[in-house]
Amino acid sequence: MKEEQLQVFIEGTKYFFSTFAGQQVDVGVPYLVSSDTKVAFDYTGIIGIAGARKGCVYFSAPGRLLAKLLQALGEEDLEDDNLCDVVGEVANTVSGNARRDLGPEFVISVPVIVKGQLEDIKLPREIRSFVIPITWGQDKAALVICLE
Amino acid sequence: MKLLIVDDSNIIRRKIRRSNKVGDLEVVGSACNGLEAVELVKQTQPDLITMDLTMPEMDGIESIEKILEVKPDTRILVVSALADKATAIRALTIGARGFICKPFTEDELNDAFEQLLEDI
Repeated sequence: MKEEQLQVFIEGTKYFFSTFAGQQVDVGVPYLVSSDTKVAFDYTGIIGIAGARKGCVYFSAPGRLLAKLLQALGEEDLEDDNLCDVVGEVANTVSGNARRDLGPEFVISVPVIVKGQLEDIKLPREIRSFVIPITWGQDKAALVICLE
Repeated sequence: MKLLIVDDSNIIRRKIRRSNKVGDLEVVGSACNGLEAVELVKQTQPDLITMDLTMPEMDGIESIEKILEVKPDTRILVVSALADKATAIRALTIGARGFICKPFTEDELNDAFEQLLEDI
């Protein structure tokens, strides 16, 4: 993956939080991990990618960060269903926005939500994932890009 | 005037509902996929619909086509994360009247509502 493509996802994540939550997130330096290493917090929204690029994009965050995000969106119901919903919506929006630069051949699925570890999620063995670390207040999260 | 909200995300449906500041626009229903939307259009006869594109069961593009067969004068505002021009052009070509990208601000949404309702 080229640096400018990675930048698309970084900017997309920043834009989501600044527009929907009205607050900035800090994005750390991206790093590479092997397909055996799955970065996971309490909730993960996974978007399958097909078309010209294959793989997945996922956003993973602790429940506390997602509850704060819901509150920033004006949502009062902070129950589990809405935590799952919002983690999927971050992944969906950042992936969908990436089509502005990557084009319509970057085909995205509806989000799949996983709670806890990603034991049953199989990532392509030959691809290393880029992890984009995110800090929002005291909480950490990650956007992970695993693409051919 | 009547508004129907279509999105597979409950929090987005609720955000659109809360963001609506157009005085005479009343939310008459919400649907979580295109199939449900088509049924709700028959029941509620909305003037305006916000339509997500990436949804399970039936996506937004197919839903727009079916809704306009049932009620051709419906104004459809696409509210989608898909930010590429080709998708916007496709949606507008098949009959959507407007297109805004997620994440959206409250002002963007209400401006789009007002534009679409101008000539009713």
